[in-house]
Amino acid sequence: MRINYFTKFLLVGFLFLSGTILGQESAHGSESTHEESGHDKKAEIKADIDHHIQDSHSFTLLSDSDTGKHYGFPLPVILWDEGLHIFSSSKFHHGETVVESKGKHYKLYHSKIYRTDAEGTISYDEDHHATNIKPIDFSITKNVFMMLVTGLLMFLLFAGLAKSFKKGPIATGAGRFFEPIVLYIRDDIAKPNIGPKYKKFMPYLLTVFFFIWFLNLFGLTPLGVNVTGNIAVTFALAIITFIITQFSGNKNYWKHIFWMPGVPVPMKFILAPIELLGVFIKPFALMIRLYANIMAGHVVLMSIIALVFLVQNWIGGGLSLVLAFFLSIIELLVAALQAYIFTLLSALYFGFAVEEHDHEEAH
Amino acid sequence: MEVPTIVGAGLIVIGVGIGIGRIGGSAMDAIARQPEATGKIQTAMLIAAALIEGIGFAALFVG
Repeated sequence: MRINYFTKFLLVGFLFLSGTILGQESAHGSESTHEESGHDKKAEIKADIDHHIQDSHSFTLLSDSDTGKHYGFPLPVILWDEGLHIFSSSKFHHGETVVESKGKHYKLYHSKIYRTDAEGTISYDEDHHATNIKPIDFSITKNVFMMLVTGLLMFLLFAGLAKSFKKGPIATGAGRFFEPIVLYIRDDIAKPNIGPKYKKFMPYLLTVFFFIWFLNLFGLTPLGVNVTGNIAVTFALAIITFIITQFSGNKNYWKHIFWMPGVPVPMKFILAPIELLGVFIKPFALMIRLYANIMAGHVVLMSIIALVFLVQNWIGGGLSLVLAFFLSIIELLVAALQAYIFTLLSALYFGFAVEEHDHEEAH
Repeated sequence: MEVPTIVGAGLIVIGVGIGIGRIGGSAMDAIARQPEATGKIQTAMLIAAALIEGIGFAALFVG
């Protein structure tokens, strides 16, 4: 009996996603295996989920709360605090010890580095937030590391794809998979929205699409990284889109914002502030959309997996695994969709900025 | 989380649900009328759905 391609694809997909989910369960599951009251369990699960959403100064793949062992590797910590301090994050021992560097002492508290005295005292305010001074943190954290890895991966794949064209019109090699996607971005996202000047913006659109897509996909693996679910990362991406839009705006663009044609003069004064607000709100929405989609997806997925540990029986665990599997499939779609939407909207804003047309009275 | 926050979150989700549901419904009608335009209709539907979801998430995030 021949299994057709679709069945094979489903089987491989199911095995991969189950493996991923089980990998995630065992990765953060060696904790919370002992009997506790329900309330403690929930607090521990919440702390665990928070820990996985946040950035971290060391790349921990597995950690066992019973023995206190962490499997992973430390990343360099680079601080600017009246002088450059560089050391390995293994010196922090996951938040237990105080590190001394060039006469200053630093402690890791909830994934943030604070300057303290030799004993490591952290002073809290009423909301239980630390009030110590924070040095400027340029460390290579987990997110930075993953972005560098993704950049390197993209470079290797696309440089390989570009070089393979030297041999002939048909591409060879691993980058082949991306040629139709690149063409899709050029023909269906860039050209219709930007018009004849699309070539200038193609590098950025391609980069941002694959960067966001790969980072979203990495977030779904058991590695426990959450790059695009970090508002600083999406803020940076949105700011770049914003800067490119404003700097490529031509006279038409600014005219449409402040002195739009085809509208009676009193209305122009009312609409101009609204349009100006729109200039800032559009990239802001880009940032929030990507951040919220990805973070919400991760939190829900982790909560469903945590259900297994909360109910502690076979039926509940089995159902939760099935639910997590289907949610993971949806998350795969969301990963690609959010990258597509970010790219599409960026192209749309670039199109507005470089739009060139003859104005008639009725616009 | 106080009750007003929870009620607000519920209203937001209802709004998003109705919005995306209507888009999906119109997309289905359009595909039924013209099956050969399915690709374009699907693309437009996904774009509109993602935008509405974006606002929904932003609102949930603020709340």
